[in-house]
Amino acid sequence: MKVVLMMLSLFSGSAWAVIDGHKYPFDDVESAARFEQLSEDLRCPKCQNQNLADSNSPVAADLRDKVYELMQEGQSDTEIVDYLVARYGDFVRYKPPFRLDTFLLWAGPAILFGFGLLLIIGLRRQQKQPTAELTVDEQARLDEIKAKLKNDTQLHKSTPSQKDTGA
Amino acid sequence: MNRILLFVPLAIFALMGITFWVGLGIEDKTSLPSPLIDHPFPEFELGVVEDGRTLTTADLQGKPALVNVWATWCPTCKAEHAFLNELAADGVRIVGINYKDDVEKARDWLAAFGNPYDYNLSDPKGKLGLELGVYGAPETFLVDADGIIRAKHIGDLNADVWKKLKPQFDAMSGAEQ
Repeated sequence: MKVVLMMLSLFSGSAWAVIDGHKYPFDDVESAARFEQLSEDLRCPKCQNQNLADSNSPVAADLRDKVYELMQEGQSDTEIVDYLVARYGDFVRYKPPFRLDTFLLWAGPAILFGFGLLLIIGLRRQQKQPTAELTVDEQARLDEIKAKLKNDTQLHKSTPSQKDTGA
Repeated sequence: MNRILLFVPLAIFALMGITFWVGLGIEDKTSLPSPLIDHPFPEFELGVVEDGRTLTTADLQGKPALVNVWATWCPTCKAEHAFLNELAADGVRIVGINYKDDVEKARDWLAAFGNPYDYNLSDPKGKLGLELGVYGAPETFLVDADGIIRAKHIGDLNADVWKKLKPQFDAMSGAEQ
């Protein structure tokens, strides 16, 4: 019982974030969670398809240590991200900022969607127009053809049964 | 009109094809643009590999230099070393940063392969490297006489790369004289 209490008291006082076998001790659970979140949001510049938490490259470890160091200094998330962006560029962020040169990146999907919508509306309109332009004579001919077609199909349908009776 | 519309998907496909061709094919994803271009070289106070004296940012200024980040554990650094020796022989000032390395090993290396460097700053923990945004040695910075970073090259420095960097470096040297 004593041992359990001791273990519990250890848990309440501190928290750890463990990445790639390296332990980062924190005073509270919130800070550990913040650190883990930051490591997931920041990108490793060497292995570009991994974040700092996933990568085991030396530079990712260095950057994780730096993030930890800056957190211990009491810096905010934005300050830490800005610190790394100032040295490694926007590339370390998975979420790029909205600027003139990233305009297409952010607005591109919306623009393409709008373009597609206009295209569909345009096509629909064109499909509707011919049916509206039928004259009375044309409509009469169309009805005639339709009626003829209907008779033909009925004739065809009855053929197999005729065959049956014939056999 | 409808006939023309039939070609819309093909046109969209062609446009996307060209976009991806340019975006994925030509752009080199392994060399990231440095945000430090046209910014002052970061502050440092580090020991020198060769003789142990301490130098600061002020010592870098006065004359344009190539600042080359290298290490004995880096095979590409070995590959570019001969070319750095040639550049030094031509009178180009090269300052080395011995990045995340052991001073003894660095001295052995310089003794074995020649020393093209004006001096080598020892950065065993990679602290200056982090300030410089280094993510893979070798990296080379063009720093002007005022200590402003003007260009960065990631990967080995060879004759082809130098052909592109030389005009900029010569202009920096000319402006200073």
